[in-house]
Amino acid sequence: MKDEKPGLFDSPRNVKILLGGFYICCIALLVLDFVIHRHIIHRWESLWGFYPLYGFVGCSILVFVATWMRSFLMRDEDYYEKDQHSDNQQKQLATQKGANDVDD
Amino acid sequence: MWMIELPPFAPFFIGALLVLATSGVLRAAIMLVVPILGALNLWMTPEGIHLQLMFLDYQLIPYRLDKLSLMFGYIFHIAALLGIIYSLHLRDTVQQVSAMLYAGSGLGAVFAGDLLSLFVFWELLAFTSVFLIWARRSQRSFAAGMRYLIIQVLSGVILLIGAIFYAKEHNSLAFDYIGLDSVAGWLIFIAFGIKCAFPFAHNWLTDAYPEATVTGTVFLSAFTTKVAVYSLARGYPGIELLVYIGAAMTCFPIFFAVIENDLRRVLAYSLINQVGFMVVGIGIGTALAINGAVSHAFNDVIFKGLLFMSMGAVLHMTGRINGSELGGLYKTMPKTTVFCIIGAASISAFPLFSGFVSKSMVMSAALEEGYDWIWLMLLFASAGVFHHAGIKIPYFAFFAHDSGIRANDPPLNMLLAMGIAATLCIGIGVYPQAMYSLLPFDTGYNPYDATHVLAQTQLLFFSALAFVWLNKKGLYPPELPSTNLDIDWFYRKVFPKALHRSSIMIIKLDSNIRQSAQQKMETQLSWIRAKCQGGKEGASGNYPLGSMTLWVAVVLGVYLFLSVLK
Repeated sequence: MKDEKPGLFDSPRNVKILLGGFYICCIALLVLDFVIHRHIIHRWESLWGFYPLYGFVGCSILVFVATWMRSFLMRDEDYYEKDQHSDNQQKQLATQKGANDVDD
Repeated sequence: MWMIELPPFAPFFIGALLVLATSGVLRAAIMLVVPILGALNLWMTPEGIHLQLMFLDYQLIPYRLDKLSLMFGYIFHIAALLGIIYSLHLRDTVQQVSAMLYAGSGLGAVFAGDLLSLFVFWELLAFTSVFLIWARRSQRSFAAGMRYLIIQVLSGVILLIGAIFYAKEHNSLAFDYIGLDSVAGWLIFIAFGIKCAFPFAHNWLTDAYPEATVTGTVFLSAFTTKVAVYSLARGYPGIELLVYIGAAMTCFPIFFAVIENDLRRVLAYSLINQVGFMVVGIGIGTALAINGAVSHAFNDVIFKGLLFMSMGAVLHMTGRINGSELGGLYKTMPKTTVFCIIGAASISAFPLFSGFVSKSMVMSAALEEGYDWIWLMLLFASAGVFHHAGIKIPYFAFFAHDSGIRANDPPLNMLLAMGIAATLCIGIGVYPQAMYSLLPFDTGYNPYDATHVLAQTQLLFFSALAFVWLNKKGLYPPELPSTNLDIDWFYRKVFPKALHRSSIMIIKLDSNIRQSAQQKMETQLSWIRAKCQGGKEGASGNYPLGSMTLWVAVVLGVYLFLSVLK
């Protein structure tokens, strides 16, 4: 497909507009904290910007910890199949050589 | 008046038989009609006990209907219908029959009024659903299905032992509040916990669900865990331990979900996270919390089903499901993209979507009952679920970098099923009163006050901001083709290896012992032999066999001669 229509987000301008709108929403939500009176149950809720801060920091920590977890949890894609494959290969080799012959 | 009180599982079991006997359009029609008729049957039936029989002095109640089970009954019919529409294009008798039996088993379990009937359906759930995994017909899915089956059957066996203990202690098999003050209570709790994917027992889910077929995963995501949630809500409401277990379930899977590459496995992790919210609600045990747990189970079946359907559509059309191989699909799969985003918004609990109206009940209940730390964990998990299921799934599948794949939207029946699920997600979110009226308790809860809406929107937008920031800075972990170790590492790698090593050691030890024994015997024998030959006074020497025969012949000859003489 050579003359394919470029997608909506192929142009950097559209992406910029989208992100700009998103940032404005974020600021507006922060400002709303002053305007709207909430009924709070927990005292932390009365802190200004508690929810935005918690969401932002929480997610950043989530990603940093998860990235760090990769250092000891990540293995190859065929990690669990590898042993079986090598076993099968060995078996094939063995049968070729006749090493598993019961009469030996 | 409705005359025949057919237990809800019966239409599905009969339907499965009919499916087996028919094919083509007729089969499709039967599969579509069964959940609709089943739901009508359920709707017409009043609450109460509708079927009971005696078994060895114990009363069995295979069909009991009350508000709690009714809620699960309705959602299972909806899930079955959605799954059937989604899989209408299939020409695979094994999957179609096992899906019908599986849905029927789920319905049987939630309407079982005694522990023995529950056990029967509990095991049927395992045996019927495993074919949805095996139907992928690959070595990988066969092994995953086997592990799934072993763990599920184990859970059933523990349930049976617990039920026997329970019957001895209480002289009854009735399935009501059980509690944790006896051995039986603990055994049944563990059995429920395994099926509910409690931490350390959760791996069967993330192992097997992504290995099932495209349509099979949609069915799987709906029934098994929700039956376990129902059973916990029935047997263990208000058990404080559940609050802590549930909170752990909401938090730990999101870390795995962030680094997982297989997008259906990401959804499997987020399924555990969502079930965690339900378990917390059951553990808190107030009317609001139980309502929250049940309604969240109701919504989860729909939005998690929708997400699995959209990822299934991607797998079906492209043959790929790894985040590292996908991207840019919004250009050619626009409808699937929109449906996926609706599912993502629902699971993230955006206001006006279904997750919001149920999850906020659990969160409010946690705050009201003074579980401050638990509330903070749930808040973190809410932000996290948006991060991995709300953003990561749609972003890496449909946007991100262009993978060059140009796949079209899936067949009409798949789109229709996703469309219905998406409509339900928005419908329940906009007008939650319809669902609230079905709930076990009347709490007069209203999710749409300014406080809740603002707090949730702020939380979600700034979580998204974190994603944008991390992505721009290049700090977001890229999707990599990989396997991440989880608890299954112990039973897929460590134990088999240890077993292999120990069996090698045992074989070695055994051969050593034999060899040394043989050597000892040899020396003994040679000592005896030396003694016999050397001194000529032993019990036997090295006489040839021939001479022995000769002497026997001579003796017999002499004997004959003597007898003739006489």
